Amino acid sequence: MCETCGCGDPHLVPVEVQDRILSVNDRQAAHNREHFAAHGVLAINLMGSPGSGKTAVLEATARAFAGRCRTGAIAGDLETERDADRLRAAGIPARAITTGNACHLDAGMVHRALHDDSLHGARLLFVENVGNLVCPAVYDLGQAFNVVALSVTEGEDKPLKYPVMFRKADLVLVTKTDLLPYLDLQVDTLLDALSRVMPVPCVFQVSSRTGAGMDGWFSWLEGRLAAAGGPWPGHPGHGHSHPPDRA
Amino acid sequence: MHEYSLVQSLMERIAQEAAGRRAVAVHRVRITIGELSGVEPDLLASAFEIVREGTLCAGAALEILRVKARWECAQCRRPIAAGQVLQCGACGSPARLAQGDEIVLDQLELEVP
Repeated sequence: MCETCGCGDPHLVPVEVQDRILSVNDRQAAHNREHFAAHGVLAINLMGSPGSGKTAVLEATARAFAGRCRTGAIAGDLETERDADRLRAAGIPARAITTGNACHLDAGMVHRALHDDSLHGARLLFVENVGNLVCPAVYDLGQAFNVVALSVTEGEDKPLKYPVMFRKADLVLVTKTDLLPYLDLQVDTLLDALSRVMPVPCVFQVSSRTGAGMDGWFSWLEGRLAAAGGPWPGHPGHGHSHPPDRA
Repeated sequence: MHEYSLVQSLMERIAQEAAGRRAVAVHRVRITIGELSGVEPDLLASAFEIVREGTLCAGAALEILRVKARWECAQCRRPIAAGQVLQCGACGSPARLAQGDEIVLDQLELEVP
């Protein structure tokens, strides 16, 4: 009721909010980031189209890092545990997140998956996001780096068509380069497209199948692992509180 | 189609503001969406139309401010046009996005008793 004249009109109050709509996800991502820092975990959010070769990259990476670094993975898909099964077969403890119809992982899903015992002790944690070149870029998961797999079969123009994903990428893996002899793809055109959507283009051309170019990717990971450091001495596994209903 | 889950987050945030002020209805919702935010304003508006039914926002007008992407040199602030190589032609520094990645709830108009 209008208090000025009692006319019966509703009393309308403007409220300035100025807050990110995804602030709840942002807080959960910050919480995940605390976990990773406390345990000296390097968390990589691996994104890309369905079939861009994300799982194959991780299989090859698992083989290369076997015995050198404890690695774990969280694999997001709409249905099935197939990717997690493949990663476990390659020697990485892996936890599947089946999202049903959701087109991306969010920070809460990743946090719940982190409680899987098989992932404890991992120093290198890959989050293989749902295959999608749009939605996963919008959600922070608490990762240290975003890596995007882009296969040579997807064409030169994908970075220009999906600029949001590539703007968020710290590194792009151009995958399946063993197929280049059978394609019309111009690698220079692809690299030029990346330079127009990534302020600092960092690109490795790789073939998980033949191993060509994978050393650059492995060196990049080793450099980031060294920078991530070890676990904080004496830090308790859960020495901080969780937001309600997200434990 | 993450716009539905985005609208869910928006509705939760609005419900929180409304509860804090004991509002009985929301009359206006003003948000800002950047061109490079990864959110499609039209899809967001369609999702809002569906999700708001039966909520405090049932009669609310949704106003979306669309912000164009604007790149500039991270060092010398020279503008760099969208579609160009994202490196400063003058000093060689990488570009930074000065605006265009916003996904922000700006303002609400609440009906309070």
